[in-house]
Amino acid sequence: MENKEYIIELNNISKSFGDKVILDDVSIKVKKGEFVTILGPSGCGKTTLLRLLAGFGQADKGEIKINGKDYTDIPPHERPVNTVFQRYALFPHLDVYENIAFGLKLQKVPAPEIDKCVRRVLKMVSMTDYEDRDVESLSGGQQQRVAIARAIANQPKVLLLDEPLAALDLKMRKDMQIELKEMHKKLGITFIYVTHDQEEALTLSDTIIVMNEGKIQQIGTPTDIYNEPQNSFVADFIGESNILNGTMIKDKLVEFVGHEFECIDEGFGENAPVDVVVRPEDIYIVRNLESAQFTATVKSCTFKGVHYEMYVDTDKGYELMIQDYNAFAPEQEVGLIIRPADIQVMHKERTCNTFEGEIVDETHVKFLDETFESLPLEGFKEGEKVQVQVDFSKVDLIDHVEDGMLEGDVHFIIYKGDHYHLTILTDEGYHIWVDTTDIWDKGDLVGINIAPADIKIVKCNEHND
Amino acid sequence: MSIMTKRSTWALPYAIFLLLFVALPLIIIILYAFQDSSGNFTFGNFVKFFTDADAIGTFALSLEVAIENTIICILLGYPAAWILANRKLNRSTITVVLFIMPMWINALMRTLATAELFHMLGIQLGKGTLLVGMVYDYLPFMIYPIYNILNKMDKSYAEAASDLGATPWQVFWKVQVPLSMPGVVSGIMMVFMPTVSTFAISEFLTNNKIKLFGTIIQENINSSMWNYGAALSLVMLIIIGITSLLQDNKKEVNGVV
Amino acid sequence: MKKFFAQCYIWLLLVVLYAPIVFIGIFSFTGSKVLGNWTGFSTKLYTNLFTGDMQGTGSLMSAIENTIIIALIAASVATLLGTVAAIGIHNMRGRGKQAISFLNSIPILNPDIITGVSLFLLFVFLHISQGYVTVVLAHITLCTPYVVLNVLPRLTQMNPNIYEAALDLGATPFQALKKVLLPMLKPGMISGFILAFTMSLDDFAITFFTRGTVGLDTLSTYIYTDARKGGLTPELRPLITLMFVGVLVLLIVINIRAMRNAKNNAQ
Repeated sequence: MENKEYIIELNNISKSFGDKVILDDVSIKVKKGEFVTILGPSGCGKTTLLRLLAGFGQADKGEIKINGKDYTDIPPHERPVNTVFQRYALFPHLDVYENIAFGLKLQKVPAPEIDKCVRRVLKMVSMTDYEDRDVESLSGGQQQRVAIARAIANQPKVLLLDEPLAALDLKMRKDMQIELKEMHKKLGITFIYVTHDQEEALTLSDTIIVMNEGKIQQIGTPTDIYNEPQNSFVADFIGESNILNGTMIKDKLVEFVGHEFECIDEGFGENAPVDVVVRPEDIYIVRNLESAQFTATVKSCTFKGVHYEMYVDTDKGYELMIQDYNAFAPEQEVGLIIRPADIQVMHKERTCNTFEGEIVDETHVKFLDETFESLPLEGFKEGEKVQVQVDFSKVDLIDHVEDGMLEGDVHFIIYKGDHYHLTILTDEGYHIWVDTTDIWDKGDLVGINIAPADIKIVKCNEHND
Repeated sequence: MSIMTKRSTWALPYAIFLLLFVALPLIIIILYAFQDSSGNFTFGNFVKFFTDADAIGTFALSLEVAIENTIICILLGYPAAWILANRKLNRSTITVVLFIMPMWINALMRTLATAELFHMLGIQLGKGTLLVGMVYDYLPFMIYPIYNILNKMDKSYAEAASDLGATPWQVFWKVQVPLSMPGVVSGIMMVFMPTVSTFAISEFLTNNKIKLFGTIIQENINSSMWNYGAALSLVMLIIIGITSLLQDNKKEVNGVV
Repeated sequence: MKKFFAQCYIWLLLVVLYAPIVFIGIFSFTGSKVLGNWTGFSTKLYTNLFTGDMQGTGSLMSAIENTIIIALIAASVATLLGTVAAIGIHNMRGRGKQAISFLNSIPILNPDIITGVSLFLLFVFLHISQGYVTVVLAHITLCTPYVVLNVLPRLTQMNPNIYEAALDLGATPFQALKKVLLPMLKPGMISGFILAFTMSLDDFAITFFTRGTVGLDTLSTYIYTDARKGGLTPELRPLITLMFVGVLVLLIVINIRAMRNAKNNAQ
């Protein structure tokens, strides 16, 4: 009887394929009738989560409840949910009518009723008179409508949609977004929608769940997620943003791009390293240098339809992106103003790389499955477990993969105004974070080296397992 | 996922069938090849083969005929496949069907018809007729895979090459020929393998004057010399094995899917 | 000009290739016992073939019958076994899948004579007396890999969500198999069956080694024995002619249909 208002409860779901962790302790609650979007880049685990909900596959750990009832081990055909698949998955040997009637026929619904229902859902997706058409003769958009009709004909309590619009062109996608939203209102059932398109998520959802690397990053309304991203991943993934390193000097005062700014955030402590997010439309750009908080030189200016997008170099050498309705010519000196409420301050997830390591001998330490040379160590025993710290900027990335101690690929890139913050995924599956001014692309293969002087070794008192 | 993975057990009946009717028979060939007629282990069958000048001669002749046949088939078949696949030179699918059709007809019948034609024309049956007859039989098997790969080949490769300044001749030699190599290789497999192992066909085409390796295997098996027959079969299996290795390496070298 | 030479080459090759069969075809319309000896137009050989009125007392007829029945049984069993196997193989992973795919390719790669000899030795080894049953088993061995290779691509090309969609809409795994999976595999099963059927029809070496000594003849072994006796039964001429014409018509029809389908799809 606990909490009847939640139609879906996922509790502590974990799932791995082989060594790869796809979902890591994910918990979600969804209210009846909500339009919930699971948003994240490809490979973040969002589709796996949806498949677990539909019953295609089993979680290694955790519990799935639908309408208060435990469905963790129930096969898909007995679940009160239906799925709209990304590539439609219409049965090519059946026509439109038979596709939609498929589920009803299995339930042995009498023929006249099936007839009525098929007509009703076809009308709902604006596909009346298409009953006899061969599904392969339909366009992508029409196929998707039939797929939606087929799923709702079964009158599910929850409709699961796996990137249903991804295969459509832009115009079609926009139209279908509006129709989906209306359909959600009319049907009154819960929609769980998976997408990697942040704009789609912002347009459609009541609630957005942002996921990355198998973990939930943030849950909130579209405005919450946009205005108050909880970490740099969310800030970078949703909309355009300037993400910068900063220091919280004291409550309501933050330093970044070499200047101090008033803000509205409190409780970070004094002189705490933070990430700062400023949306490009929240930076005011003025001709009058006197009234500005700091100055910059316009580097480029591109017309984007509604606004201009400009890149500027600030007086302290940071690059910022600004969107404004007025154009400023390149080389022009401008003043910039950022209002306290538009500065989003976030805790840093980490300030340096920390690895578990083990002392090999006086000049060698083993971590990340590799033995590194270090400066002479004192006060450590062989085989002692230690913590190894490496500054972001002290990890050396090289083109020539073979010359690196470790190999990996560039997994994620955030531009921080004057440098790039990269997430490297090593071949062994470890994450290494790197600050660099070199330009890398996502997916680049890199060799990784760390100089002996840059390896800091700290005793670890508690035994970690 | 779990529902689907359980389906993997559906392969079990066939797996057992394969073990019984494919793996076990091959093991038995090996077993028999290393036994004498009373079931004792021996290398005698192989010693017999390698010291018998007649058997070795037949073996060499079989290889020679198979290689010659394969080469003739490539020389005749590649241009034919190229013309058939070229829209500018040939637009009729009927000619394609005509070239492929013999593959669907009983090989013995085709061979017989050829032999009868030679006979009527008064041509002396011998090595010459053997080769011509084999080319008759196997040319379609060379043309078909080459035609297939040329026909499916993306036209933009050729266009890209001529765009980069290649003459039509260079386009042919530097782009189309290398890209069609997998087709040639499977054509070689489809021609060489059956020719090297043939028996009835050679008998028809030479009026039993020339024996090929397959005929010797057949004669030994039929006269209950099972162990020797098995040893000879093993020799042929090794030849076949080497040829198929050639195909796999070729694929890797070319890097063509 | 280039086109002219190209066409000349193609047609010259075809004329040479088809000379023997055209020659057989022409001489199927004369009653002469000896090939190449035209004794005037006659359909006697055709009527003989169909009424079974010839020397050899209908053994050709029974060979044809055996050929067709064996091919039907072998192709049917192969289609069933191969389809089930393909579904299984498709859902396998790793070593097991590699091993079974490898074994499956052996009967295709192996020359017929090796397959024939190896099966012959198997039956000898297991003391199974050879005859109709062993020939059918051998043909199933030969045919099933072709069915597997025809069905498997349809499974891999199939959107995996389609099977899941059926489950999602309330079908049990069995219903999903019957109502969705099998109908979608049908084209692969049909082409697999046809290929298996022709493989069995064409086979000579495998039948030759596994038929034992009970006097079982298929068309191939009949022709082989007949030709070795010296002199071809004249009634084989119309038979060869009919088979050629039959296959030719069939292939042309299939091709025209395929072309029409392609055109329809293009529209």
